[in-house]
Amino acid sequence: MPLELKGISKSFGNLQANNQINLKVGKGEIHAILGENGAGKSTLMNIVYGLLQPDSGEILVDEKLVKILEPADAIKYGIGMVHQHFMLIPVFTVAENIALGREKSKFGIISFAEIKTKIKKLSDEFKFDIDPDAIIEDLPVGVQQRIEIIKALMYDAKVLILDEPTAVLTPQETDELLNVMKILKSRGTSIIFITHKLREVRAVADKITIIRLGKVVGTQLPSASQEELANLMVGREVDLAPSKAAFNPGGNVLEINDLSIFNDSGRKVVSNLSLNIRAGEILAIAGVQGNGQSELARAIVNLEKHKSGSIKLDGKEILGSTVRDSLRAGIAYIPESRELDGLISTFSITENLILDVHDLEPAASRGQLNRSYISENATTLVKEFDVRTQSIEANSSSLSGGNKQKVVLARELSREVKLVVAAQPTRGLDVGSIEFVYEKLLAERANKKAILLISSELDEVMELADRIAVIYKGEIVGVVDSDVSREKLGLMMAGIK
Amino acid sequence: MAELNLVQKRKQKSIFTMLALFAIFTLVFYITSSKTEPITFGFILGDEFKLISEWSVSSRVGSGIFMLLALFGIGLSYLGFKSEKSTTLGSVIFGLGSIMSFLCWAAAGKFIPFTGLLQAALLLAVPLIFGSMSGLLCEKSGVINIAIEGQLLFSAFISAIVASLTQNLMWGLLSAPIAGALVSLILAYFAINFKVDQVIIGFVINVLVLGLTNFFYSTLLVPYDSTWNAAGSFSNIPIPILSKIPIIGPVLFNQTIIVYIMYAIVTLIQVALFKSRWGLRTRAIGELPIAADSVGIDVNKLRFRNVMLAGLVSGLGGAVFTIGAVGIFSQSMTAGAGFIALACLVFGKWSPRGALVAALFFGFANSLQSNLSISGVALPSELMLMIPYIATIIAVSGLVGRVRAPAADGIPYSRGNK
Repeated sequence: MPLELKGISKSFGNLQANNQINLKVGKGEIHAILGENGAGKSTLMNIVYGLLQPDSGEILVDEKLVKILEPADAIKYGIGMVHQHFMLIPVFTVAENIALGREKSKFGIISFAEIKTKIKKLSDEFKFDIDPDAIIEDLPVGVQQRIEIIKALMYDAKVLILDEPTAVLTPQETDELLNVMKILKSRGTSIIFITHKLREVRAVADKITIIRLGKVVGTQLPSASQEELANLMVGREVDLAPSKAAFNPGGNVLEINDLSIFNDSGRKVVSNLSLNIRAGEILAIAGVQGNGQSELARAIVNLEKHKSGSIKLDGKEILGSTVRDSLRAGIAYIPESRELDGLISTFSITENLILDVHDLEPAASRGQLNRSYISENATTLVKEFDVRTQSIEANSSSLSGGNKQKVVLARELSREVKLVVAAQPTRGLDVGSIEFVYEKLLAERANKKAILLISSELDEVMELADRIAVIYKGEIVGVVDSDVSREKLGLMMAGIK
Repeated sequence: MAELNLVQKRKQKSIFTMLALFAIFTLVFYITSSKTEPITFGFILGDEFKLISEWSVSSRVGSGIFMLLALFGIGLSYLGFKSEKSTTLGSVIFGLGSIMSFLCWAAAGKFIPFTGLLQAALLLAVPLIFGSMSGLLCEKSGVINIAIEGQLLFSAFISAIVASLTQNLMWGLLSAPIAGALVSLILAYFAINFKVDQVIIGFVINVLVLGLTNFFYSTLLVPYDSTWNAAGSFSNIPIPILSKIPIIGPVLFNQTIIVYIMYAIVTLIQVALFKSRWGLRTRAIGELPIAADSVGIDVNKLRFRNVMLAGLVSGLGGAVFTIGAVGIFSQSMTAGAGFIALACLVFGKWSPRGALVAALFFGFANSLQSNLSISGVALPSELMLMIPYIATIIAVSGLVGRVRAPAADGIPYSRGNK
C-alpha cells in the first residue's frame, strides 16, 4: 500500500473540513476522490502534501507511519502533487522551475545540463514536446500542467496527487491528460485524482472515494452509474437540467462592436470582438480560463480602463462612461470573484444589499441613510433569495459561498435591469446553490432580459445558453447554437474553427 | 502598420517627449544662444598618462555638438523601438548629451575639470550603489526595504564613532556592516516574523534611526568631538598601471578601499543572482513563494537571511559618508540618499547592473550641480540643487518604460494555518 490515511480530521474554526477520513491507495491505482466544491478534498490533499497539519489521524507510506510536516517531507516519501493553481514561477524557464529546490551546482554556479537532459527524456517518453528553455508565462496552461507532472516525476513521485487537473483544460486536452494518467499507471505510479466531474472519473478511475461535508460517504467502482455517483456526492437526487421556457428572443439589447481591451502591461487581451444579445436570450461565452472572457465582462461595466470600440445598451453607447452610470443604464453585474468584487466582506448583509443604490432615494435622502428602509429591503431580499443567515446584520464574510452569491444576485437583480452579466456565476458553489443560480438566470430570461453568461464549465454553458460564442486568445472563434457537440466546442476552445 | 500595444505606445510617447525636449534644448542652448566665450574641459587629475590635457570649445558650438549626441540617442531609441527592443540605452545617451549641452551653455567662459567631475560623480554614486544593492537583495526575495536610509545613516554614525574611539579606520569599516545588519534585524523581525506592513515598518525605522543619531550627536558627538567624532578617512589607493589610463584611470582606479569593495560586491551580486542556487531560490521566493515552499524551500528563513545580507551591504554604503569621505559624522548627513537608492533600483528595473547605471547617472547629475555652483555659474543655487532630482524624476517616470517588480514584493508569506 503506497499510501494509506487513517482517521484524518481537520477543522477550521467551526468548520469541520475533514472528519475521520480513511483512504487506501494501491500501487499503480488511479484513485479518484469525488466531491462537491467545499467537501474537503483539497484540505485532505494539502494535509497529505504537508501544506496543512491534521488535527488528528495518521499517514502511512509503504505501511510505515510517517510525519509530514513540510512539503519537503512529502517529496522525501515519494508524494508529488500537481496543484490546482500551478506552482510554477511565471518568469522562470521550464528548466529553472524544475531545478528549483534540487539544484545541482559547481562552485555555487548551477549547472542545468543534467536537468535539461532529464526533462527531454521524460518529455519524449510522454510525447509532451517541452522546450526546457521556454519561459513559463509564454506557455499555454495545458503545457504548464505537463511541466508540473514532469516536475513531480523528477522527484521520483510514487504517488501523484492531481488536484482538479481538468478545470483549466479543453475537452481534448482533458482526454490527453487522462491518457497520460493511464501511462503513468502502467509505469506503476499511483494517482490520486481529485475532481467533481463524473464523466472523467468513470473514464479512468480504478476506485472512487466519495466525500461529502468532510466525510467519506462511499467507495464505488467506475462501473457505478452517473446518477448513483451524483446522488452520493450531493446526498440527494439532483437535477441539473433545469426546465427552460420556449426561446422567443426580442430585439437587440447589447451590441458590442470591434471591442479591443488591453491589460495594464499593454498586452491586447481582447481584440476586435463583436457580439449581440437579444432580449430573452442567454448568450454564453465559452472558453478556457484566461482567454479574455474576464476582461470582457469587466469591460461591459467599464471596469477595464484601456479599451476601444463600441458597447451599446439598447442602442445607447455606454463605453467610456463610469461604472456607476453603466450599472444604472440597466446592467446587473455578477462578478467573477464574489469575495473580492461582489461584496465588501466587513460590511453587513444589509449594507451589501444597497451598495449600488446607497446614494439614491429611498435608501438615502438628503445625504443621510434611511436605516429603516435599508433593513426592510434586506429582510425582503434575504427571504426572496433564500439567504441562509443568522441575522441580516451579520458580516457578509460569515456566509458560505452559495449564500454570498445569493446576496450578490439579490442586489443586482433587484434593480431595474435590461442586461445581466454573469461571470462564472457558479464557480466554487455547491450543487444546491448552482441550481438556485440557474433558476434565477432562467427567470430573468423568461422576463425578457438579455443575459451574458461567462463560464468555463462546458456542461453549464450547453445547458443554459441559447447561443454559444467561443472565445480563444481574446477573439471569438465562432458563435454556435447550444445543440452543438462537445467535440466541436472543444476544438473551437482550442482555437480551431 | 500593426496596432501598437500599450508598452509600444509608451515608448513612442517617450520618443516624442525626447524630440520635444531636443527641440527646446536646441533652441535655448544653440539657436538663440549668443554665448561665444569658450568653455574649457580639463582632463588631467594626477600623474596619469596624457592623452589630452584640455579641450576648449566655444560655448555655442559645444552645445551644438552635444545636442547632436542627444539626437543620436533619440535615433538609437527609435531603432530599438522599431525592432521592438529596449530603448533604454538611447534614452541614457540622450540624457547625457542634453546634460553636457546644458553644461556648455551654462558654464560659458569657465574651466570645468572634467575628470574631477567624473571622480566626484562616482564618489557620490557609491553610497547609492550600496543602498540599491541592499534594496535589491530584499526586494528580489519579496521584502520591501524602505529602511535603506536608516541603514545608511546608522552605519555612517556607528562607523564614525568606532573609528574615532579605536583610532583605527579598519575597525570603523568592520563595524559599519554590523550596524547596517542591526537595522535590518528590526526590519526582518517585524516584516517576516510578525508580518507587519513592510512600508510602515521601514518608515518607522528611518524615523527611529534619525532620532537616535540626532540625540547622540548633540549629547555625545558635539561636546566630546575630539574623542567621539574624529574618525579621519581612508586615503586613496591607486592601482598600479590601471590608474594611469587616461581619463577613466584616475576616476575608477584611484579610489578608497570601500569603492573597490563596491566593485566586487556588485559583480558578485550580479553573477550570484542569475547563476547561483542562492540566486534562483531568492528570485523564486520573490515571485511565487508558495511554489518555492512546495519544493521544500524555507521561504521565510531565506528572506530573513537576505534582509540581513542587505543590511551588511548598505552598512558599507553608510561608511562611505563618514570614513570614506569627510571623516566625521554630522546630523542627518545621508540626506535622503536611501530614497534615491530606492529610485535607482526601480530605474534599473530591479537588476544590479541597471541600478548601478542609474546610481552613476544620479551621481553625475549631482556632481555637475556642485561643480557648477563652485565655478560660479550665474544660476540660483536652489535651482541648481534641484537638477539631480529633476533628472531622476524624468528618468524614472518617462524614459524607463514599464518595469515589473518581483511579483511577491511586499507580501508576507505564510502557509495555511502555520
